[in-house]
Amino acid sequence: MTPDRAISLIQERFGLQAAGEGRSLTVEQLPVERWEEFFGFAKDTLGCRFFSFLTAVDWKEQGLEVVCRVENLDAGVGILAKCRLGADPRCPTLTRLYRGADWMERECYDMFGVRFDGHPDLRRILLAQDWEGHPLRKDYAVDTPHAPYR
Amino acid sequence: MPDLEARRVIELGYGGNERLVMNMGPQHPSAHGVFRMILTLEGETIAALDSVIGYLHRCHEKLGETLTYAQYPSIASKTDYVAAMTSELTYVMAAERIGKIEVPKRAQYLRVLVAELQRIASHCLWLGTWCLDMGGALGGGATVFLYCFRERELVLDLFEALTGARLLYGFHQVGGTRYDLPEGWAQRCRDTVALIDRRLDEYEDMLESNTPFLIRSQGVGVVSRELAQEVGIAGPLLRGSGVDFDIRRDDPYSSYGDFDFKIPVETGGDCYARYRVRMQEFRESIRIVRQVLDGLPEGPISSKPALKSVGQVRIPKGETYARVEGPRGEVGCYLIADGGPKPYRMKWRGASFSNLAILPHIVPGHKVADVVAIMGSVDPVFGEVDR
Repeated sequence: MTPDRAISLIQERFGLQAAGEGRSLTVEQLPVERWEEFFGFAKDTLGCRFFSFLTAVDWKEQGLEVVCRVENLDAGVGILAKCRLGADPRCPTLTRLYRGADWMERECYDMFGVRFDGHPDLRRILLAQDWEGHPLRKDYAVDTPHAPYR
Repeated sequence: MPDLEARRVIELGYGGNERLVMNMGPQHPSAHGVFRMILTLEGETIAALDSVIGYLHRCHEKLGETLTYAQYPSIASKTDYVAAMTSELTYVMAAERIGKIEVPKRAQYLRVLVAELQRIASHCLWLGTWCLDMGGALGGGATVFLYCFRERELVLDLFEALTGARLLYGFHQVGGTRYDLPEGWAQRCRDTVALIDRRLDEYEDMLESNTPFLIRSQGVGVVSRELAQEVGIAGPLLRGSGVDFDIRRDDPYSSYGDFDFKIPVETGGDCYARYRVRMQEFRESIRIVRQVLDGLPEGPISSKPALKSVGQVRIPKGETYARVEGPRGEVGCYLIADGGPKPYRMKWRGASFSNLAILPHIVPGHKVADVVAIMGSVDPVFGEVDR
């Protein structure tokens, strides 16, 4: 698998142009319905078995964007895919494909409030279970008061 | 027959199905920080594990959005506080890559030098604490621990002479490094690594001929090649499971391409394989340190003028994912810049966070005592897990 081959396969199947920066490819604007399908394709066809990370970005009025990176370690091809979520931030889970997505999706839920449909155990991971709000959203001020720690 | 049934119940407890929930941590000494495990036991055997993390959470990612490119590098060192050099490097590399900022050759070599010394110090800490955790079985409690700390102190002395700090350095800055080598430092560094090189033989003799050590590490906590990649564990854990991948060789940064070093790979996937990988990495790091000192070019150590204000460094619009092979694996920083003095968004891929996520997959089926051995071989640093 070479970056060029990966770019043409993605173009063929999803009609999206992957931008390349060396051996690292970026796929923008993936439709949320095809999120899981895309990573199944990346894992099986492109050989990206290594799960690097998953997170989100808050683009304020334009909503949340989920970002996930997987990699084919043998060929050294990394794929960073992004998908915009609507006003109700829901996204299909990747835990059925990558076991590493379990904790990363929990962290993303904790910090951004993105709900991952089909996640087996979606609860907060870094903050306390009774924490209010999602700190990495842009509307969450750094000096938001919170109850003293018990 | 009824008698036999009754005896079975007494011996196995409710027909062998009795489950006991046991709490371990958050202040357990083997946690090397604060980590809580909720173990479900069947007798002595673990049936399930639920991990509770977040005790050290400081929300570095939010902090990164509120601090400038000049301020944050010294805070970045507080994510993985026993390998502070690597986390600082990751952050400044991400900023430099977006801003297309050149780093002078001397600064690149200095970065490699401190990164490898940091790996030696961090592996010393890992070996010492891991053996301390398994202490009773090694028939000498704190022996290996104190030996390793003795060597780690020497490396920290070098860092103190270089930066003035022993743990959290603030050595890197966007565009280069902040300090150059003081006089006589290079010779002192050569002497230190030569000493550590000799002591490594001692450790290996001490451990690899020690039957309890072998029993407790061989065949314990086996991670398959497939599982390792799917969970996303990196560094010595990944290479201990037979995956030949190291960012220093496969995605070189900071002039790593100039040096000759081997990537140790073991196929066992157990605690012993991870131990072997790290022991060989010690020696490769020492080789790299020597090569850097031999080939250190003259010249400036930074391409940016001295800082006059915290908002001085501005990075144009863009985004990147920069990663570094830290002592615990892939330390990544996904950075989005919006043209101002602060990043719009910063994501830390903590190597320890991903490595620790392997525990629920490998611990079930082992005895409680093995949890400690497995935890130690994963080498998590909770500052980086919780960020």
